[in-house]
Amino acid sequence: MSGLRVSWQGALASCLALVAAFLLPIASPDAAFAAHGVSMFVAFMAIGLVWIAAIVDGSRVGPAARAAVLFLAAHGMVWLLLSEIGDRNGVARSSFFVLLAAAWLLAWRLATVLSSIRFAGRTADTMMRLLVPALFGAWILIIWEAVVRGAGIPFILLPPPSAIGARIAGSVPILAADVYQTIFKAVLTGYVLGCAAGFVVAILADRFLFLRRGLMPIGNMVSALPIIGVAPIMVMWFGFDWQSKAAVVVIMTFFPMLVNTVAGLAASGHMERDLMRTYASSYSQTLTKLRLPAAAPFIFNALKINSTLALIGAIVAEFFGTPIVGMGFRISTEIGRMNVDMVWAEIAVAALAGSVFYGVVALLERAVTFWHPSIRGG
Amino acid sequence: MTSLPARILPVFAILAAIVAIWYVGTYALNAPFQRDLDRRAGETPTTWEFIVRTMTQPKPTLPAPHQVVANVYENTFLRKPTSNRSLVYHSWVTLSATLLGFAFGTALGILIAVGIVHVTTLDRSLMPWIIASQTIPILAIAPMIIVVLAAVGITGLIPKALISTYLSFFPVAVGMVKGLRSPEAMHLDLMRTYHASRAQTFWKLRVPASVPFLFASMKVAIAASLVGAIVGELPTGAVAGIGSRLLTGSYYSQTIDIFAALVAGSMVAILLVSVVGLAGRLTEKAMGARPA
Repeated sequence: MSGLRVSWQGALASCLALVAAFLLPIASPDAAFAAHGVSMFVAFMAIGLVWIAAIVDGSRVGPAARAAVLFLAAHGMVWLLLSEIGDRNGVARSSFFVLLAAAWLLAWRLATVLSSIRFAGRTADTMMRLLVPALFGAWILIIWEAVVRGAGIPFILLPPPSAIGARIAGSVPILAADVYQTIFKAVLTGYVLGCAAGFVVAILADRFLFLRRGLMPIGNMVSALPIIGVAPIMVMWFGFDWQSKAAVVVIMTFFPMLVNTVAGLAASGHMERDLMRTYASSYSQTLTKLRLPAAAPFIFNALKINSTLALIGAIVAEFFGTPIVGMGFRISTEIGRMNVDMVWAEIAVAALAGSVFYGVVALLERAVTFWHPSIRGG
Repeated sequence: MTSLPARILPVFAILAAIVAIWYVGTYALNAPFQRDLDRRAGETPTTWEFIVRTMTQPKPTLPAPHQVVANVYENTFLRKPTSNRSLVYHSWVTLSATLLGFAFGTALGILIAVGIVHVTTLDRSLMPWIIASQTIPILAIAPMIIVVLAAVGITGLIPKALISTYLSFFPVAVGMVKGLRSPEAMHLDLMRTYHASRAQTFWKLRVPASVPFLFASMKVAIAASLVGAIVGELPTGAVAGIGSRLLTGSYYSQTIDIFAALVAGSMVAILLVSVVGLAGRLTEKAMGARPA
């Protein structure tokens, strides 16, 4: 055993597997379901997988091979466990959860192995940077699914991810209509108007010192206020349709844009500004050629903050009154009808939309501020 | 350095302009309805009388500033703090949820930051998800969290505080990761030459270096926490809190009440942010920081 260096995750997982072996079977026996022998076979296969993975992980094979074995073992175990439960929710016994913990430890070990691998190529390295978080996200879903189904948590409290996925697949037209109403009409309109207004006022505040001195303390203070509270007033003024939601979004996105842009316009160095003076450049030339590019990181910061604020503003405003379509409307009515899977489907779509929105802004930022040290990587 | 009047004067000028625009807006938004009322009553008020009437409607489209001020004053100082029409009472309900959520959120954020700084796997796998977690409109999940927890028998403070927690852990986590990593390589090398253990490096170098970051992010976090608590009060038609005042105001078109609740919420926000700011300044002073 001289060449064996077992990691603590591997060791702990092996111990857990041993414990699980004494707590078998995995699920409460069900005469109608499966023969006892098959169930035992599955359990021992799962335990065997843990041992194989731990031993291979501790041996002197390369990291890629170890990662592959760990990947197969961890996910194979989960597959075995879940297929053992089948559609009989809540039949899991303690050994199920012990083995689940062992599988999770193997996945953790896998993530550790993966993050220690260094690649020469840039693309391979980027792939690895995406793979580890993806693994983490997948395991959140796996543990969610396994615990909910294994422990038989009531559907109303927390539906398993598979049910939510089925719900999304089954109600695409409704979800699409909601996304169109909330995001494409309310959020985008409000976002563009709010950011543009904040930007224009920031330029004005930059031009006139008096305005800047007056607006900045107010802007800083307002950013701490619960602006979302204007939602009921906006709904009263602009009616139930998307205009009122867009108005809330405008107000929510205005101040972050204002404060960040003004801060960004002050970001260019004295030396560069003096250089522009020696060129006898006008205010607008200095603005467009030096100070706006220098402010771009700040402006994009505001755009990113606003991308999440806008979504929140529109959805919350829908709680105060909507036509019979929209994400906030759907969430508040479906929760009343206890259709929890539909609510989760809506949330998943909202999260996806929010991430895409944020991602688009972030990509745009990379393209525009390619010169910035944080993007150049130096 | 600019003198104090030169800094204060523009702020007051802008505030005065806002109030002036507000009054004009009050007239403009309330006039159509008032005209309608007068026509039905068969009255022909003079211009001045008409303007006064637009400012004194009981349920205006946009209440005039003095109406809001009067309402806030009445509900803050003239009522017993235990009365359920008192803004003090509602602010207190919201404040307690905010503070609880803020405490949870700050603790969680610091914990996550410590994990991320010390465990490479966590750094690689957790950080992208923390950022992604904030693109989920948690406020949209608020109704479900509250209804689901109510089904399990947890009601009152905790569900609201959980929403506040979710909103407030993010700025703290991100700020603390930055703060715990802020010691320069030279200082870290110095600790190594002292043969300092990881724990010693953490407590004697990283933690002190992160304090300014902690307070900066706590200011953001407590404001987010208040928003979480207010929104947490909306969905179930909560009986108390600033959020419930907004909701009842919206049901009965009590615009003055809505504005008064907004003012109360803003007061709480300003109070909280200044308390955190003050605590930060005192802590940094006690730790021997020079004023910048």
